[in-house]
Amino acid sequence: MKIVLKNLTKKFPGRGRKAKDVIAVNNFDFEIPDGKLIGLLGPSGCGKSTALNLICGLLKPTEGKIFFDETDVTDLPPENRGVGMVFQNYALYPHLTVRQNIRFPLENLKGAERPSKEEMEKKVLFAAKLVQIEEYMDRKPKELSGGQQQRVAIARALVKMPRVLLMDEPLSNLDARLRLQTREEIRRIQKETGITTIFVTHDQDEAMSISDMIVVMEAGVVQQIGRPQDVYDEPVNLFVAKFLGTPPINLFRGEVRNQEIRIGDSVVGRAQGVADQEVTVGIRPEGFLLQEDGPLAVNMTALEVMGRDVSIVSTHKESLNPVIRSIISAENNVRAGAGPVRFAVKPNKLFIFRKDTGERL
Amino acid sequence: MENKSLKGWLYLLPALILLGIFMVYPLIDVFVYSFEEGYNFASQTYYGTGTYNYSYVLHDPYFLQALKNTFLIVIITVPLSTGIALLISVALSSITKLRDFFQTVYFLPYVTNTLAIGMVFMILFKKTAYTDGMVNLLINAFGGSSVDFIEGPYWAKMFVMCFYTIWVVMPFKILILTSALASVNQNYYNAARVDGTGKFRIFTRITLPMISPSLFYLVITGFIGAFKAYSDEVALFGTNLNAAGMNTIVGYVYDMLYGDSGGFPSFASAAAIILFAIVLTITCINMLIRKKFVFV
Repeated sequence: MKIVLKNLTKKFPGRGRKAKDVIAVNNFDFEIPDGKLIGLLGPSGCGKSTALNLICGLLKPTEGKIFFDETDVTDLPPENRGVGMVFQNYALYPHLTVRQNIRFPLENLKGAERPSKEEMEKKVLFAAKLVQIEEYMDRKPKELSGGQQQRVAIARALVKMPRVLLMDEPLSNLDARLRLQTREEIRRIQKETGITTIFVTHDQDEAMSISDMIVVMEAGVVQQIGRPQDVYDEPVNLFVAKFLGTPPINLFRGEVRNQEIRIGDSVVGRAQGVADQEVTVGIRPEGFLLQEDGPLAVNMTALEVMGRDVSIVSTHKESLNPVIRSIISAENNVRAGAGPVRFAVKPNKLFIFRKDTGERL
Repeated sequence: MENKSLKGWLYLLPALILLGIFMVYPLIDVFVYSFEEGYNFASQTYYGTGTYNYSYVLHDPYFLQALKNTFLIVIITVPLSTGIALLISVALSSITKLRDFFQTVYFLPYVTNTLAIGMVFMILFKKTAYTDGMVNLLINAFGGSSVDFIEGPYWAKMFVMCFYTIWVVMPFKILILTSALASVNQNYYNAARVDGTGKFRIFTRITLPMISPSLFYLVITGFIGAFKAYSDEVALFGTNLNAAGMNTIVGYVYDMLYGDSGGFPSFASAAAIILFAIVLTITCINMLIRKKFVFV
């Protein structure tokens, strides 16, 4: 099912007498296509959980509308929206077994929608199999590991085959290895069921790796929406460029003069049709090429070996970060040791942003 | 290892000694007295052992009356007070405006002096030469005839007794239940709502199981407290409870020890042991039920 958000805004009253309202979600305008996996991405406090709660109905928007397909659900309470939700801490009912937990949403159905006992059992088993939890049906949540609990939570959200599945930081309570494994699971389950899924995360790796589309938010405002690779390759502003990518993008004070991008005295690239001005220059770590006569001279301080690649840690007086990290293929045989190094810069990994607004030029 | 457990016992010793002197020893002592016929404190003598004390107590009409009163108070007040407290607590936790105000109001009886409460109940229920009491004025206003709640028919006295007991135990229960309700994680409610759960089902399937430990605690302590009722009866009906027909088991024990008919520690002990056996049985039953219904 398609989800359409129109000018969605949520304000919370500020604390204190003269405090201003806090705008958690500001004018959110977005159409989520049917059957896709969408990652809502942003730093903590950017309003992504609020956006999710607005979609599921636990919060009422201050302004704007929400449509599921053509139906306006803005004023519908969550129990009538037909959404499934996986909460950050899973919110499994501790007094019920896994089986009872998964069955719970089915037992809420009334009238013709309510399945018979056998059907319920079948559906519960189907959902349990989908998340591979069927061995633990009679355990209580506290007898399960974090990953297992998370899967029960997904099964509970899926069992009534909701039109929309929402997940609030579903992986944040898992350890690193389980996180990797579980995110693949989420992808698989989403593919198998074809349910439109929105998940919230502050971890860009997580969002990039499994989403069909990501929505990058900051301070309640949507910064960019697009396929993960597109957003990474063509960030619309400095925030998005900084937020995506590990190691993060390297930033320099620079300027554009005569359509040439300069960092200090070095010309690192060309900027067609950009007026002369001071800019912020961003270079992705993988955008550096070791070149003896390269334009950018940096002072190497350390070499981090990562096996396939090496990362050269260096400094530059115009750099806005304390150190510059550049990832170079290990085949370049870089010797560890301090000293000057020269780089050329790949044009497609080089971005320039307005100094005042951070907008991409 | 042995050293460690020795240390543990050493730390427990002060509490054990105090408990032993003030709880265990008296209990054993009472148990022994209850089998010694005609025990005399002053001379420390008795003239036989056996179950005569129990037989006497169990055939004493005053004791049977006290037993009946106590059971009535227990059966009426424990479920009612717990149920009403639950209703009030749920109501309190679902309002936001004036919640603190109402919480204070409901907690006031807890900090009010027993004598002051007695005064209020006098004004409400007591017939004097000048007035029939507030409640009777109300009854009269609706066309009924006055009832003597303090010295009148048994059911009227029992009504006042239960009303009073419920009113006195309510604040503590509300306090416990509101905090139990407040400690239920909001996430469970959110999850239940997203799952399409109706309000009533949320209450029965989520709220009740979540607060069931507190609820059960209140039921057990409520049972024990009601079985030990005595001072409230005195506050309402004076010290001669047997004459008023409103005595309780604890009151009977007290009367046997110190009352007008006092000086019978053996009978008092037998009655106390019977009460102990009753409370123990009820608590054990409660515990068995608890295992089945309470989520931990």
